Amino acid sequence: MKLKRGIPVIDQGNKLGFWGGKFGGNFVPETLKKPIEDLEVLFNKLKKDKKFIRERDKHFKNWIGVPTRFIKLENLTEHVGGAQIWSKVVSDANGGAHKIYNATVHCLLAKRTGKKTICGDTGAGYAGKMLSMAAKKFGLKCKIFMGAKDIARQQPNVKAMKKNGAEVVPVYSGSQTLVDAVSECMRFWVANCDTTAMCVGSTVGPAVFVRICGWSTSQISRELKVQLIDEFGSIPKKLKLYNCVGGGSSSFGFWNEFMDYDKKQCEFIGVEAGGPAKSKKHAAPLTYGSKIGILHGAAQYVNQNSDGQIEETESISAGLDYPGISPLHCFLKDTKRARYTAASDEQALEAYKLVTRFEKLRPSLEPSHAFAVAISESKKLSKDTIVVVNSCGDAYKDRGILEKRLGKKYVKSN
Amino acid sequence: MLNPISVAFKKAKQENRPALLTYTVAGDSSKKQSLRILKSISKNADILELGVPHNTPVADGSQIQTSSYRAIKNGIKVNDIFKIVKDFKKFDKNKPVILMGYYNMIFQYGENKFLNKCNLSGVNGLIVVDLPWPENKNFAKKCKKKSIYFIQLLSPTTTKIRLKKIIKDSHPMNYFISMLSTTGGKLKVSPKDILKNYTKIKKIDPKKEIVIGFGITEKTIGKLKSADGLVVGSAICKEISKSLKHRQNPVTNVSKLVKKLKNKIL
Repeated sequence: MKLKRGIPVIDQGNKLGFWGGKFGGNFVPETLKKPIEDLEVLFNKLKKDKKFIRERDKHFKNWIGVPTRFIKLENLTEHVGGAQIWSKVVSDANGGAHKIYNATVHCLLAKRTGKKTICGDTGAGYAGKMLSMAAKKFGLKCKIFMGAKDIARQQPNVKAMKKNGAEVVPVYSGSQTLVDAVSECMRFWVANCDTTAMCVGSTVGPAVFVRICGWSTSQISRELKVQLIDEFGSIPKKLKLYNCVGGGSSSFGFWNEFMDYDKKQCEFIGVEAGGPAKSKKHAAPLTYGSKIGILHGAAQYVNQNSDGQIEETESISAGLDYPGISPLHCFLKDTKRARYTAASDEQALEAYKLVTRFEKLRPSLEPSHAFAVAISESKKLSKDTIVVVNSCGDAYKDRGILEKRLGKKYVKSN
Repeated sequence: MLNPISVAFKKAKQENRPALLTYTVAGDSSKKQSLRILKSISKNADILELGVPHNTPVADGSQIQTSSYRAIKNGIKVNDIFKIVKDFKKFDKNKPVILMGYYNMIFQYGENKFLNKCNLSGVNGLIVVDLPWPENKNFAKKCKKKSIYFIQLLSPTTTKIRLKKIIKDSHPMNYFISMLSTTGGKLKVSPKDILKNYTKIKKIDPKKEIVIGFGITEKTIGKLKSADGLVVGSAICKEISKSLKHRQNPVTNVSKLVKKLKNKIL
């Protein structure tokens, strides 16, 4: 299995949509074949269309507010005493997380098809919140599927979705988290694909959704590349990019533009959710060697039992609480372009405490996983190593959990 | 030897009626009950579809989901499903049985091993909801070698060119999804329109048997009886759930329901 240079990773799948010949594909009910094919034709055309790109960039700039900041975490760097720790503050984006890029692109595509409604799934509530914002902006009706457990633990985002006029549909089946929300959303699309567009909230699902999402979030690395050159004059000789990985949309977007660099110069580190330290459950299929299976239309490494039933996951972070992982990351793992590891709930909380103690930055529980590993590895790295952590979400949505786990001061002081 | 599925269609045609296909989830409400249900409905059903429950089903509505989760909770495994089929075949060896499920279950078991087990237990056909054409070409060929029908799904969204290609590659039986819906949705298209679509598909190759499924209940089945076969699934799963709720015997209730369904198409 080989990663090709000079070709965007999203376009490296084969005719049937498989990366490396075995990850991804389109394991979908017959009813969805046509709408997926239509979306593929549209996306393949528009991603080469200069007018469409200009339109995208206009909305990214004026509405999302790109570029997001690239800042040095001086105090944290000093405290850790190793590599220089920087952050790409993607949570600056309108709405407070990277999910806005994919949501905006899906709404722009939906407008082209003439469909009046868009449906989407959400875990942490960011994908849903952003989709509701974008739908409102572009005049589409919006329906968001969200696990009942996630609705309870991510209330601020639920409120935001409702305020934007979206209908939030609670999903009570299975573990009542993201995996069930995605299933329910796909089922809704099966029954309504003639009138409704679907937005999959991460780089998962049938191949075209993986590609659209990866194409959208790549905005992050396009900006970072420019910012690195501005700051250092060129791409640093020792660069390490840390990102949390749930479905894998922010990490893929954070890395995409650096794909062709040698990994000795530019290393990618994906941090999965290891779950509570004392629990056997986790959401880290790459770290813990899960087998390949089919989930939500795509072949990928996925937590499952020997029969093929998808296993329940556990993580403090709703956004990472997913048993599968993007086919793109399976591909990057098997081609050894990226390295994957996990952080536990407790490690993520500790990292959150440390970052907020030293910096004016409030990463949500998802990027706190990436900070945990970045901080621990930075200690052993030389001062000329540039560590960049994607702070892809803001902790506002985690208020309830943080207060419960760390006490009031960690919520109030920010 | 002719596949019992084809024999069943032939018999129904001689009686001038569509074949009645029932769908129940293997292991619902338990392994034993599931077998009892099959035995009790086999005199009125022509072909028995047995669902392989999966916990992330992307095409099933709430009734079949409920049945599936119940079966999984009660501990059903793929090997138990083969055992149920084998035991049933000891009771009625000529009644065709079709397994219907999601591809991950087959993929984890191993395609070849799965098909061998199908042969050993007496499975006659397979429906794999999320393995569409052309992705299913290889697997369908393997099925053919084992004399198992791989049943292609056709949908109202399937384009005409695609219909022709799928039907050309298909085995003697295909399955037409009546409308844009998950299983068990309310019939939102008139039976007349469904039959119009059905006739168009039938014309492509009149020799292939086409069954209609999704949204068929006691109320609607009579209006669709000009088709080669009709599938009732969610209505049966609902009957099982209802029986359990009212502490009644699901075996007798389902058996009664299937008898009623049969009477509507005579």
